[in-house]
Amino acid sequence: MAWLMAIGQPLLFILIAPLLTGWIKFVKCRLQNRKAPSLLQPYRDLRKLWVKETILPETASWIFSAAPVIVFAAILLAAAIVPLVAVNLPTARIADVFVMVGFFALARTFLVLAGMDIGTAFGGMGASREMTISSMAEPAMLMVVFTLAMSAQTTNLSLAMQYVLDSGLVLRPSFVFALAALMLVAIAETGRIPIDNPATHLELTMIHEAMILEYSGRSLALMEWASQIKLMLYGVLIANMFFPWHIATDFSLEALAEGLLAIVLKLAALSVLLAFSETLLAKMRIFRVQEFLSFAYLLSVLGMLSHIILEVYYG
Amino acid sequence: MPMTLFFALLSVLMALLSAVSSWAYSRRALVEYLLNRIFAFDSSRLVKVALFLEPDYYARAMRIVPFCLLGVSGALAVLTGLLQLLGADSAAMILPFGLPGLSWHVRLDALSGFFFLVLGMPLIAVSLFGPGYVREFEHKKSLAVLGFFTGLFVAGMEMVLLADDTFFFMIAWELMSVASYFLVAFQHEQPESRRASFLYLLMAEIGALCIILGFGVLVTFAEGFSFGHIRGVALTPLWASVAFALGLAGFGMKAGLMPLHAWLPEAHPAAPSHISALMSGVMLKIAVYGFIRYSFDLLPQVYWQWGVIVMALGAVSAVLGILYALQQQQLKRLLAYSSVENIGIIFLSIGLALVFFSTGQSQSGALALLAALLHSFNHAQFKTLLFLGAGAILHQTHETSLEKMGGLIRRMPKTAALFLAGTLSIASLPPLNGFVSEWLTFQAALQANQLQSGVLRSFVPTAAAMLALTGALSAACFVKVYGIAFLGLPRSPHIAHARELTDRGMLAGLALPAALCIVVGIFPVPLIDGLRRVIENLTGAVLANITAAGWLWLTPAGAETASYSPGLVLAAFLAAGALGYVLLYRIRAVESRRAEPWDCGYGGLNAGMQYTSGAFSMPIRRIFDPVYDLRETLNQETGDSAGWRVTAIRYQFQADDKFVRFLYTPIGRSVTQSAYRLGRIQTGSIRTYLAYSFATLLFLLWVVS
Repeated sequence: MAWLMAIGQPLLFILIAPLLTGWIKFVKCRLQNRKAPSLLQPYRDLRKLWVKETILPETASWIFSAAPVIVFAAILLAAAIVPLVAVNLPTARIADVFVMVGFFALARTFLVLAGMDIGTAFGGMGASREMTISSMAEPAMLMVVFTLAMSAQTTNLSLAMQYVLDSGLVLRPSFVFALAALMLVAIAETGRIPIDNPATHLELTMIHEAMILEYSGRSLALMEWASQIKLMLYGVLIANMFFPWHIATDFSLEALAEGLLAIVLKLAALSVLLAFSETLLAKMRIFRVQEFLSFAYLLSVLGMLSHIILEVYYG
Repeated sequence: MPMTLFFALLSVLMALLSAVSSWAYSRRALVEYLLNRIFAFDSSRLVKVALFLEPDYYARAMRIVPFCLLGVSGALAVLTGLLQLLGADSAAMILPFGLPGLSWHVRLDALSGFFFLVLGMPLIAVSLFGPGYVREFEHKKSLAVLGFFTGLFVAGMEMVLLADDTFFFMIAWELMSVASYFLVAFQHEQPESRRASFLYLLMAEIGALCIILGFGVLVTFAEGFSFGHIRGVALTPLWASVAFALGLAGFGMKAGLMPLHAWLPEAHPAAPSHISALMSGVMLKIAVYGFIRYSFDLLPQVYWQWGVIVMALGAVSAVLGILYALQQQQLKRLLAYSSVENIGIIFLSIGLALVFFSTGQSQSGALALLAALLHSFNHAQFKTLLFLGAGAILHQTHETSLEKMGGLIRRMPKTAALFLAGTLSIASLPPLNGFVSEWLTFQAALQANQLQSGVLRSFVPTAAAMLALTGALSAACFVKVYGIAFLGLPRSPHIAHARELTDRGMLAGLALPAALCIVVGIFPVPLIDGLRRVIENLTGAVLANITAAGWLWLTPAGAETASYSPGLVLAAFLAAGALGYVLLYRIRAVESRRAEPWDCGYGGLNAGMQYTSGAFSMPIRRIFDPVYDLRETLNQETGDSAGWRVTAIRYQFQADDKFVRFLYTPIGRSVTQSAYRLGRIQTGSIRTYLAYSFATLLFLLWVVS
């Protein structure tokens, strides 16, 4: 049963991720007094891309064709070790949270390499910016992870969530810092406003879009899907690490249903928060981003230090 | 004599033989004479000998033979290492060389055995790569000189690993340093090479002096020169710290620890590429070996303050090393700075181990030490691969500057694929080997909870934060290297016409470390089992848990705390990849076609539109501006007199080491100035010198009486 869940959860990630993107867009449109597209629009986009012809640039090497598969696989693997509806995930033992950060890095590396493969100006631009941003976001992410792992005494995500769940509602200063840092990192890593604008194709500002500019058809669909899963993954991490309540702890049908409902509601709420921030904020200049990210890094280090100073003691 | 020690000594002998055989390269007449003397009366053999002595044939044989011997030496070193890791006993003996009463002591234990393994693998790769690579020097330079000093260099490194007394250790150490000086100076017609080799020699000797002084402190309190005597020495904390500081300076200088690293980015690129691979891949590890031997084996006790200092130096080296690497435009120089970074990571782990051991947390200390040793092994593999890859590019295109490269993946597909393995490993991405050692370092740092002192408890994670930053920056750096050199469009004509390596040996030399990067990344457990033995042998700490869950699993502190199974990760990755592949190309696949990429409608994509290496790292240059000694020039040409229409822009930058400007240059200047001042007493007149002698005599008489 546990292994069935281990296979089922990533599939659930694959299925729900476009819906989440649709929901964020829906809320954002409503907040901006616009008419919203259907919640199912991302699925339609994917289907449309799926049947379209794929155009490979003349200068593309095998890296370009392999990248969508590798990016998708790496993100899927990351999804496979994050508990979604139920803790007690056996796959979390295979790869712990550091490895998850490694999977993100692997996906990013191939995304960037694919961007540089064609030899257009945009590819290099997006690649350079993505690596700059990630080289500051990833340490912050690792420090958040470090804080959590030190509190829970484990780097196994499933066990760490179990620990937070078991210890009940305790206000830990380190978790507050870590949560804030992780939210900032999530915004940067998933390319949302104010770091990057997923809706823009304005040449000089785009980052993620610049790297995948040459993709079309099915390859593009796979890339887009991977980035939707990544967005959802960060949402689930925030929701289940810091607010794991009502996640299923056994595999009875009621518990699973409760877990599913809980995570859907949590993600919906987080999306509203994201839509609000995206509506209120404008995109930053690229050289302001480092302030944003060093703030995230600072928060994460503060979180870790406050854990060490305030929460660890020897009797 | 035990078998392992026999293999080790044979390995040294082979390296020396390699040196001798290279020396014979330019002395065909002498060889002919000797062979004729030996075979004079056997006419059937004479034919073969005569064939061998044909000038063309001889030259080819003599290009290959020294490398074959080096390869045998490497294979024997690997064998020695494997036998030691599999649990052979340590062995010692006294060689009948050296001063009377001070014979050379040699000893082989698990630690030196492991470093034999670290040395052997790159050595085999280099000996495969070498014969093809040195062909370009054949008519320009003396291969005899190159091969002779390569053999001595390798023999010196192996002797350092075997040395068991201070005297022999220093002889071997100096042999290694001096032989590698000649290798750095090999291309001495270039002024940079001369400058680099002088700086290298200078710093190597200062470092050796520090080590001698450190040994001096130990030997003074011990009863003899051999390591066996030193091990039991009793030192006051003050003297122990003095000895430690001297050792740190000496070994740190050889390892390229900041701020003692200035020689490294000069010397490594100046040497021929296969030598750079040996220097970066192996020689720095010999310094790491020396430091571990010195601080964990010879010094009687460790103190946490030392650990903090080593960690801080390691963290600084790691972060600054990779930041400087990011701004280099010469590929080999970039790789050299990245070696500084990796040495920083290794020293950070060693510092962590010192902190844990000195506070009695021997389990965590052993874990940190294991991470350091494993990273040494991994760095030896991928740095060898990358330097040899840079050598392959240099060999095929005569280009070292990243700014001129591009699109090599289409011209040199095999090299590109092998180089990619190195890139992904050094960027510490799962499931390759660099990730395993980074993961273990993080796991070791997580054990900081066990430390009693709050200051230490917060210091360790701060160092881990630096490590995280380093990891992310090194990913950025090597993605840049690969993206600029191998992807995109070629930035110069000779790159556009580059050809793939045709020499099978050179390709094999790249393939061997690449394969090791992958295999060790996926199945690290056997190696880690061996390392457990090394650490148990060295410190007495038993790491029971780490491989307790079987050959697929790493569980550094128990399965509940953390576990990683690279083998299963790979299996899952392949499964997910297969799913992606089937989705993309198999199920009712739609035809794909090739078309021109989007060029903004300017009509024709050209290489000049691409991001350059300097442009790629520009945001990081701006963000981390204070750490660079940055010089930029921007020249604009305008087409009209008013200056409105810009027709050409030329931007140049140089991001130099701040240490050079603020530490080395002032020291150099003050040394020169004081030399001038001292020089004034040299008047050249005999009367003055007689006066000096007279004064000295008076002074001595006064002292004696």
